[in-house]
Amino acid sequence: MKAFKGFVIKEFYHIFRDSRSLLILFGIPIAQVILFGYIITTEISDANIAILDHSKDAVTREIIQKTLSSGFFKLAATIERESEIDAIFRKGIAKEVLIFEPDFEEKLNKGESPSIQIIADASDANTANLLVSYASAIIQNYNREQMQSRGVPMQIEARIRMYYNPELKGVYFFVPGIMAVILMLISAMMTSVSIAREKEMGNMEILLVSPLKPIQIIIGKLMPYFLLSFINAVSVLSLGYIVFGVPVNGSIVLLLAESMLFITLALSLGLLISSIAESQQVAMFISMLGLMLPTILLSGFIYPIENMPMWLQYICHIMPPKYFIIIVKDIMLKGVGLEYLWPETLILTGMTLFLIVVASKKFKTRLA
Amino acid sequence: MSNFSIDIQNINKSYEKTTALKNINLSVNKGELFGLVGPDGAGKTSLIRILTSLVLPDSGQAFVDGFDVVKDYKKIRQNVGYMPGKFSLYMDLTVLENLNFFATIFGTTIEENYELVKPIYSQIESFKHRKAGALSGGMKQKLALSCALIHKPTVLFLDEPTTGVDAVSRVEFWGMLKDLKSKGISILVSTPYMDEAELCDRVALMQSGEIMQINSPQQIVNDFSHTLWQLKSDNLYKTLQSLRNWDKTHSAHAFGQSVHFVANSSKITSSEIKEYMEEAGLENIEISGIKASIEDCFMELMTNNPTN
Amino acid sequence: MNQSINIIEVEGLSKKFGDFYANDNLNFVVKQGEIFGFLGANGAGKTTAIRILCGLSKPTSGKIKVANFDVYKQTEEIKKNIGYMSQKFSLYEDLTVEENIEFYGGIYGLKRKVLKEKTNELLKKLKLEDKRAKLIKEIPLGWKQRLAFSIAIIHEPKIVFLDEPTGGVDPVTRRHFWDLIYEAAQEGITIFVTTHYMDEAEYCDRVSIMVAGKIIALDTPDGLKKTYKSQNMNEVFLQLARTEE
Repeated sequence: MKAFKGFVIKEFYHIFRDSRSLLILFGIPIAQVILFGYIITTEISDANIAILDHSKDAVTREIIQKTLSSGFFKLAATIERESEIDAIFRKGIAKEVLIFEPDFEEKLNKGESPSIQIIADASDANTANLLVSYASAIIQNYNREQMQSRGVPMQIEARIRMYYNPELKGVYFFVPGIMAVILMLISAMMTSVSIAREKEMGNMEILLVSPLKPIQIIIGKLMPYFLLSFINAVSVLSLGYIVFGVPVNGSIVLLLAESMLFITLALSLGLLISSIAESQQVAMFISMLGLMLPTILLSGFIYPIENMPMWLQYICHIMPPKYFIIIVKDIMLKGVGLEYLWPETLILTGMTLFLIVVASKKFKTRLA
Repeated sequence: MSNFSIDIQNINKSYEKTTALKNINLSVNKGELFGLVGPDGAGKTSLIRILTSLVLPDSGQAFVDGFDVVKDYKKIRQNVGYMPGKFSLYMDLTVLENLNFFATIFGTTIEENYELVKPIYSQIESFKHRKAGALSGGMKQKLALSCALIHKPTVLFLDEPTTGVDAVSRVEFWGMLKDLKSKGISILVSTPYMDEAELCDRVALMQSGEIMQINSPQQIVNDFSHTLWQLKSDNLYKTLQSLRNWDKTHSAHAFGQSVHFVANSSKITSSEIKEYMEEAGLENIEISGIKASIEDCFMELMTNNPTN
Repeated sequence: MNQSINIIEVEGLSKKFGDFYANDNLNFVVKQGEIFGFLGANGAGKTTAIRILCGLSKPTSGKIKVANFDVYKQTEEIKKNIGYMSQKFSLYEDLTVEENIEFYGGIYGLKRKVLKEKTNELLKKLKLEDKRAKLIKEIPLGWKQRLAFSIAIIHEPKIVFLDEPTGGVDPVTRRHFWDLIYEAAQEGITIFVTTHYMDEAEYCDRVSIMVAGKIIALDTPDGLKKTYKSQNMNEVFLQLARTEE
């Protein structure tokens, strides 16, 4: 036990003496949260939209005015025909077009459901997604207001995406994603690199030729990073809350417990990588390409999974971060508990157990 | 239990295409300072790794302190000290932190075994708060040895501890090994430097995965079966060239500023050699019979078992 | 061989890192075609001096000429006229023998035809003709060293710097390597070599011994042995390096 303690202390020495790893550990999470937070909030103000109003009546005018006064959109063009839309996007005049169908007010008064079509320039899928959600949320707001003042249910139809983010803040979506990325980065990359370093420098030989059991070496390596990753998870959540006001609607305990589960999974991935990689560079490379990119691209963090081709969607289903992001989103924004999230939690647990077993089996008690 | 500290029987080891060790047999007595002498690729590191339980042999058996290197590897790992080719220190930890770390993972403390490492550690103790990465080569070597000794091993394995270290540090290092031997620790050390063979009790001369000879350095030198001549002239390179073209030459190797020459007949006389050299246009010729060194013996053995 | 031309001239070479003198007032001359041994303990300042002579680093002070070019201003010319080989090979392990020769020949601007000829000549000399298509990582260490040396002089430099060229090989292979060095020296290439093998020091025409940034002895091996009443260079080295510790 004393030997084990000595090992863990040594790991902390390594971490705190290397300014580079300290920067990765604490600088990156802060930088990422702030960066993503501000990029999202600034990009969405004053987005250019174009309007095609086939009916030009009191209701459509009111909705247009609401949209433009929201602060999120700026009128870039008013068009008369559907055929102009293509040019609007191609020339980059607007990123979104709102189309009101003819006889809008009339249909509304007759109790029918007139529709507003929202078309977005999806070359930037992420922004498009947000813009569409913003516009539909504004329309929904209008519906609600009208219902209160007139007492009649209004049925303006629009595709609404943002049920759980009524204040229209983009950063809400990003906190879960950033958490997944950071925990993956810190846990997997840092452990795999630090184990690979022991191999590269020849220290692993001596550790193996010592009474330390392999399991002690493994846990001794993982524990410090587990702790640091956990601190990171907490700091991302606090930063989100303090700087951007992102709330945690559900149970914080559950959220932290799920984070620990995900950290464990990432650590075992790091261990697995280190059993393949003989040098720090290789470990870094595999972590980057094999873990970071999928976490960013294939987890639904930036690009919605449902927009991907089918075969890519299948790949997404085996990406652990996907489930973690769902869990965090649901706990934070929907405020739901384990009764809804057990399938995802179960999948993550299963993946973790599988990885731990494989990684421990792969960890050699000898060289080559 | 046997009287041997290390006992190796018919060990073979191959990596993919290359054969690293071919049927190795050797034993090291308790308290002996035993040297594995040979160039890179001779199989020294493979053998040491098998004995420290880091690598499994393909066939054969080996015992360290009576423990089987395959079955009892956990026991071996508690009892041996090992200093790999790379010094394997943590360069970002201080001297003291390194030593402390290796003490704790072996379940001991610096204080407990201070007496054993003192003669070595005291030489670097004044730098104990300096990072290992900032030490000179010789000091790193001393720290690595202290770390390998801190748990009071019964057998010490040193893989090329003096490679790349300057001549002064090398002499000091061998002095330390002598001291350790006197404390009853068995030592197996590998080296590519032929002259270091003379500092061991016994050596195995290795080449291409095979042991060419095992004996005391004294005996190896005595067993040199030819008459060895030392030849000097005004031009070493020309001397070598001309001797290599002589039909009476068995071998001619440069040794410092002279040539060590063995004829293919024992009947040759110094005047015969001198005559030939003069004919080749060499001047200031000096000829003397000398005693062979380990290096002479090694090269002779190589010509007899041409594995390359 | 013309031993009267000075190929390296060093007067008052000093190199300071902060307050520390890595090289402290070095003075020596190396003649054309000479094999010059540059010895010293680890950290004595050998590497610093070699880097300056190769034009890789500027001295703090001193007048230094290499192949008659000034190390302050004419580093490009110096680089064209020297070859360099160190124990950490410059050969690419994943290229073949022939590809390595062609690559390095190309760096020094050898013409296609000349390079082809040189390559064949070199492979023949090293008896590597049947190995020309082998990857470097597949050939034994001794051959790698000989090949690396031959490549270091493929552009017929005036001087070749060898930084511990022969580590880790058997005594016979090491001597094969020295054969190449002698041959190059006979052809007029100046050899500037560092080594930890003291018997190799005896192969040199002259040897300098550096301790703590200063050259404290410079003579022929025989001269040094006489001065320090020693049997061999190892004893000389130990005496000198020890007194200064």
